[in-house]
Amino acid sequence: MTVVAPALASLAGVSFAYSLPGGGRREVLRDVSLELRPGELVALLGPNGSGKTTLLRLLTGQLSPDAGSVALDGRPVGEWRRDDLARRVAVLPQQLDLPAGFRVAELVEMGRAPHARSLFGSTAEDERAVRQALVDADAIELAARYADELSGGERQRVLVAMALAQEPELLLLDEPTLHLDLAHQVALLRTIRRLRGHRSLTVLAVLHDINLAAAFAPRVVVLAEGGVAADGAADDVLTPALVERVFGVSVRALQAGDGRHHLALNLEG
Amino acid sequence: MRAAVSQPLAGAEPRLLRGPTLTRTTLVLGTGALALAAAVVAALAIGSVGVAPGDTLAILARRLLGLPLAETWPATAETIVFDLRLPRVLTAALVGGGLAMSGAVFQALLRNPLADPYIIGTAAGASLGAVLGIVGPALVPGLAIGLGSAWLGLGFIQVLAFAGGLGTVLLVYAVARTGGRTPVVTLLLTGYAVSAVLAAVVALLMFQSGRALAAVYSWLMGSLADASWAELGFALPLLILSFALLLARWRRLNLLLLGDAQAATLGVDVEREKLRLTMLATLATSAAVAISGTIGFVGLVVPHLLRLVAGPDHRLLLPASLLFGAALLVLADLGARLVGGVPVGIVTALVGAPFFLYLLRRARVVVVA
Repeated sequence: MTVVAPALASLAGVSFAYSLPGGGRREVLRDVSLELRPGELVALLGPNGSGKTTLLRLLTGQLSPDAGSVALDGRPVGEWRRDDLARRVAVLPQQLDLPAGFRVAELVEMGRAPHARSLFGSTAEDERAVRQALVDADAIELAARYADELSGGERQRVLVAMALAQEPELLLLDEPTLHLDLAHQVALLRTIRRLRGHRSLTVLAVLHDINLAAAFAPRVVVLAEGGVAADGAADDVLTPALVERVFGVSVRALQAGDGRHHLALNLEG
Repeated sequence: MRAAVSQPLAGAEPRLLRGPTLTRTTLVLGTGALALAAAVVAALAIGSVGVAPGDTLAILARRLLGLPLAETWPATAETIVFDLRLPRVLTAALVGGGLAMSGAVFQALLRNPLADPYIIGTAAGASLGAVLGIVGPALVPGLAIGLGSAWLGLGFIQVLAFAGGLGTVLLVYAVARTGGRTPVVTLLLTGYAVSAVLAAVVALLMFQSGRALAAVYSWLMGSLADASWAELGFALPLLILSFALLLARWRRLNLLLLGDAQAATLGVDVEREKLRLTMLATLATSAAVAISGTIGFVGLVVPHLLRLVAGPDHRLLLPASLLFGAALLVLADLGARLVGGVPVGIVTALVGAPFFLYLLRRARVVVVA
């Protein structure tokens, strides 16, 4: 028997439904179980409405499950104080309207809020964490710029720095590449991969692009119709059959020189 | 991307986190304090009977600090400065500061540049309370018994205005709450709808008010003519309390500018925090409105102007709003007195609005949406 490290975050038998204005309920997740081990890098895939964002919100405690349990370090997320949780879990949103008039360093300092010790100022520890976050997110040269002057790629780097300033153990990414061009998508995912090693981060990333997900994460979880359709190594999970079943599109597998396969869309079909 | 990851960093670099720089803080708050002090002395000295600024200062020093200064001024000057003008000037400062601070909070909370302290029902509720207090006794003779009595040194009208403002915001908040959440848009629309109903009732009462109409108008325009030490004693502790508690929450106010979802992942208990901030700002607003009526424009304009010079960080924005809002209303009330005692609300709108338009066209307004 191999010894398995205890899960950092886990969902066990989780179901969740949104209440609709008319009084009805729309079930989004049904009996979902998932464990994230420390240091893992996991991509979360699935069609629109399959519950990916809901799953992230359950992990941050913004939503509570109707059934089952969501736990961090074995303790239900709902029992954590909000700022304790914020010291462990950070979220990189797909887009954020950065408020005008703040400098980048001041915005990244907002990531220190859950660690705040001083009523009106910042501590030397905050200073160190913000600088390190800016360096790690490759945004140190933006420190004195105003948020409203930044390009899309620069804004995304600032968001990464804000999340890193929280010094989380678990980093959740909600389609972080949605508004980026290809070069910036690759740059961002490279940064995240690199940081995982340096900062012993556990990363769960909701991604849209199947090939990008396969290249990015050793483990891929596919959600479909509120349940886990597949969970495993990218090459095992992302087969043409699964993609056709889950996304309803026909793809072919192409053998690449690196021994891995890539999926190509069949637009003729 | 460069591979400069997690290298140990040299410690000799300039600090990134200076907060609002010391010079900026000193400049903004120092100017605000000086402006307020100058406005107060001017408003005490100038009027139908002029008192020399030196005498004004000496009277203040003798009466407030107990300095043994020789009386080189007529006794009437002391009565005018200390007993007649000082309560009014201090009330103006308190109301102006309270409105500007609440305005800054509501603009951040609702992420709406049009937000002012009255936006979610305070003005409509306080107006209804005050108008009931003014008109009610004439319509229902039994109410007249309440007129003469005083609560905490306040008259019937002030108590009803305070309760009306606070109560209306509680009602709006309760109605706007669905499924444990209070979305900003729902809150704004609910405030608008409830205000419309209350405004209709106010209009109806005004229609029936007969000879009391002038008093109703004067209250609705906002007037400091009836300021008294008793009213100050009621409003001052409430405003100091809400200011201290709001200032202590500057970090959460800044985080809310990022949006509810991001603020939540940064550790803010968003729904509870929004309720706390709303009630603290409403407490300050209702206390101000109770002793002055609904004075417009100070709470909308002052925070916007200060964002231009002081930036959006609430650590500096809140105390700056307090000082400049206070100075502005003291000056506006001085103007109102000098042009023959019109309600001060007319002055703030007449002078404030065009000045704001000028700035809007000239400068890039930092919008909080």
